[in-house]
Amino acid sequence: MDITWYLVLSALLFAVGVSGVLIRRSPLVILLCLELMLNAGNLALLAFSRSLGNQDGQVFALIVMVIAACEVVVGLGIIVAAYRRRIPLNVDDLRSLRG
Amino acid sequence: MKEVAFFAGAIGALGGAIAVIALRNAFYSVLALIVHLISLAGLFLLLQGEFIAAAQIVVYAGAVMVLYVFVAAYVGNVDEPLWEPIPGQRFIAPLLGIALFVELAIAITGSSLQAIDTGGPTVDLGFGSPTAIGKLLLERFLIAFEAASLLLLVAAVGAVVLAGRHRDPKADTATPGSEAEEVAA
Repeated sequence: MDITWYLVLSALLFAVGVSGVLIRRSPLVILLCLELMLNAGNLALLAFSRSLGNQDGQVFALIVMVIAACEVVVGLGIIVAAYRRRIPLNVDDLRSLRG
Repeated sequence: MKEVAFFAGAIGALGGAIAVIALRNAFYSVLALIVHLISLAGLFLLLQGEFIAAAQIVVYAGAVMVLYVFVAAYVGNVDEPLWEPIPGQRFIAPLLGIALFVELAIAITGSSLQAIDTGGPTVDLGFGSPTAIGKLLLERFLIAFEAASLLLLVAAVGAVVLAGRHRDPKADTATPGSEAEEVAA
């Protein structure tokens, strides 16, 4: 299997994630789409790591997973905080950070 | 055999990704993302990333997604209004996504890298094993490892601060005042 296949698949997944961020309005689904994009990046990192025969890319992918976990925790914290204060969960209404 | 596994994983990953953005209910979107992540773990195995694939399933599809499931259940389904702040957003956005994919695909297939047209060099048996990754993390990438652990700590504290139950400041000031009033009475 050529590495190109993996890279094109990764580009496709990234484009799906970007479309999701542009289309959807719910912050929860937008966070899910960010996950899609981070995972597409991980796939490309692993493909290049395999293609170069070098494991550094895999360590990079592991760190990306840690970053994704942090982003999820903070993002979901903001969503729960907004829900508790009866702020509508819609990115169009969440334009300003002042509650 | 590798082709079959690749296409099975690719269809799972792509179908999961499209289901995430297409399903109306946020809870189903989370479940579709789990399908996507597990298919992606299969692709990681094909790329000889054993440890990454295991971490993907245990940490991502296991732990992080449980968090999502709980928050999706707590918040409930969010109605997305049909009103659009930017006219035609629903039609322009997919076009932009397709344009991005075409651009990236041209960049990938048109690149002069010769190694990407092969399956990659033959690698040692331990490539991507926990031993090799652990050695790299604790030797060459020790600073990145420590920075990641610090970042996780900050994120955990930040989540507790953000989502923790806040006392109403008015209630806080009212309580000692009422106590003082009681004492005075």
